[in-house]
Amino acid sequence: MDILASLGLGFSVALDPVNIFYCFLGVLLGTLVGVLPGIGPTATIAMLLPITFSLSPATALIMLAGIYYGAQYGGSTTAILINLPGESSSAVTAIDGYQMAKKGRAGPALATAALGSFFAGSVATLLLAFFAPPLARAALSFGAPEYFSLIVLGLLVSIALAHGSILKALAMIVLGLLLGMVGQDIYTGQPRFTFGFRELFSGLNFVSVAVGVFGVAEILRNLENEKTREVMVRTVKNLWLSKEDFRRIIGPVLRGTGIGSLLGVLPGGGHILSSFASYSAEKRISKHPEEFGHGAIEGVAGPESANNAAAQTSFIPLLTLGIPAHPVMALMVGAFILQGITPGPNVINDQPALFWGIIASMWIGNVLLVVLNLPLIGLWVKLLTIPYRALFPAIVLFACIGCFSINQNVFDVYAVAFFGIVGYVLIRLDCEPAPLLLGFVLGPLLEEHLRRAMIISRGDPTIFVTRPISAVLLGLALLAVVLAVLPSIRRKRAEVFVEED
Amino acid sequence: MAINASRRELASGGIFVAFGAFFALESLNYEIGTAFRMGPGFMPLLLGAALAALGLAIAANGLRKPDTDVAPPIPWRGIVLVLGTIIFFGATIRGLGFIPVVFVSAVAGALSSRHNSPLFAAMLAVTLTVMCTLIFVIGLGLTVPWVGTWLRFQGA
Repeated sequence: MDILASLGLGFSVALDPVNIFYCFLGVLLGTLVGVLPGIGPTATIAMLLPITFSLSPATALIMLAGIYYGAQYGGSTTAILINLPGESSSAVTAIDGYQMAKKGRAGPALATAALGSFFAGSVATLLLAFFAPPLARAALSFGAPEYFSLIVLGLLVSIALAHGSILKALAMIVLGLLLGMVGQDIYTGQPRFTFGFRELFSGLNFVSVAVGVFGVAEILRNLENEKTREVMVRTVKNLWLSKEDFRRIIGPVLRGTGIGSLLGVLPGGGHILSSFASYSAEKRISKHPEEFGHGAIEGVAGPESANNAAAQTSFIPLLTLGIPAHPVMALMVGAFILQGITPGPNVINDQPALFWGIIASMWIGNVLLVVLNLPLIGLWVKLLTIPYRALFPAIVLFACIGCFSINQNVFDVYAVAFFGIVGYVLIRLDCEPAPLLLGFVLGPLLEEHLRRAMIISRGDPTIFVTRPISAVLLGLALLAVVLAVLPSIRRKRAEVFVEED
Repeated sequence: MAINASRRELASGGIFVAFGAFFALESLNYEIGTAFRMGPGFMPLLLGAALAALGLAIAANGLRKPDTDVAPPIPWRGIVLVLGTIIFFGATIRGLGFIPVVFVSAVAGALSSRHNSPLFAAMLAVTLTVMCTLIFVIGLGLTVPWVGTWLRFQGA
């Protein structure tokens, strides 16, 4: 197998000084937004997209990927030290991590999170290297009907994995799909839903939508109840783990890596689900389940490994099929397109340096993260004391400047305000924004493949069930929805997610 | 409460019905086409109708199930100031130029939190203005005038 040669090529790209620098910048920024409240990787990547335009494709994507998995690390720091998950996927880490910190074991908790994440990240990167190429080859034989079914599957699975009302998630997806239709029709050039604005002919700006619903809406949400954050642990000592700790975390880390790698591939927040799944698995098989919730180190090791593994493997559908598994991956699609590359199965053959470079950079990024997070933990603890009221004006400004700088178009800035308020109202009404963004990105693709498939079949919709791959994909989509609405599974879902609230 | 239903479900259902109806009605202005050769209006009509139907289902689901928890207070001050800041930025960035707009936006943004004093807002704004100018204008070469045409003396 020439995987070694490919990885060699990848490392030659990733070890380029410029790329190492941007990889470092990415994981640094990622850790930063993971630590800071009120801004997540989605909004950050959206705001930084325009800046990456001037970089080479590999450099840009290496940096953006770094922000994403860096945020998973940073999120666990806040979860452990102040019991507030910086990222939704570290919500579980807060349960036992914070208890450990209260007992003066913040150091071992942070070390466990970092080591577990590092191990999981390395393994998942290897998995990505092994499984992406064959998947991409298989995807090359996909025609329009298969792609249509694949997108439907992706959208529907993301609902099954989201928490809250399934009907609302469905509605958010459809709304996203419709928003994706704004602009000129691909076949006839007819402008749709533009109200005569020339600026809308090329569609709503993706960055504006993402920054609006994930950045501005989140700020408004945080302004509802302004709380001051209590930083309990101001100095972290004793970062090393005892032999006993090591013995206790090996199992959870291994299992967490497995669970995370598997669930990460699924669309729609696999990384969040995987940390919950890992936590409940550890609790169930532990000999001391009563310790969970009171500072069990297993409760930090498992979920942290799981969410980091999932963060890496969620790149698989993106790099092989061009289908984003969740909003951050949707932004990566945007980054590819900005660079003039269509993400999909062709990337691996047409741009091998880019493809393998991104994969190799993830491993380097994971090394950098361990260095950044353990010795420099004092710095992050200091950052935790920055009050939110000083932070969000900066976020609002960066959002405006970032959106404006893409096309020097003030229309994009107004769109941020519009989607900010729409997003905020919907979030207040318990509708999650992630499915909307996913629908928005996939809308044009869905329409294109549907129309193409119908032309191939001369208007016969049975084409989707008579082609075997397409039929299987649609069957899986149906299964996902049926499972999600089954009463017993519904209760399980509620149980799994209840700990988040 | 007078109504025996979840206000949240009714409101979200209503929003979805409104969006769905808008897209469906608007798409009637475009060529619908046939299943074989779909026109520009086909997908939006289908999806708009689906969204409206989903909205109705959500609203129906909320009947006789009043909200149990009290919604957090609406941050009117934050909404007006944050959205106002963004619109102000868009409206004046060309005319006033980078530095004045960023400064004013930062002050307004900071004041949308009740915990920020005017002095703190001003200090924050100075810091942010310097930072943004360094990062975006000098560092990244964003081509926008430092001080815009509205503030220059004519003929000077």
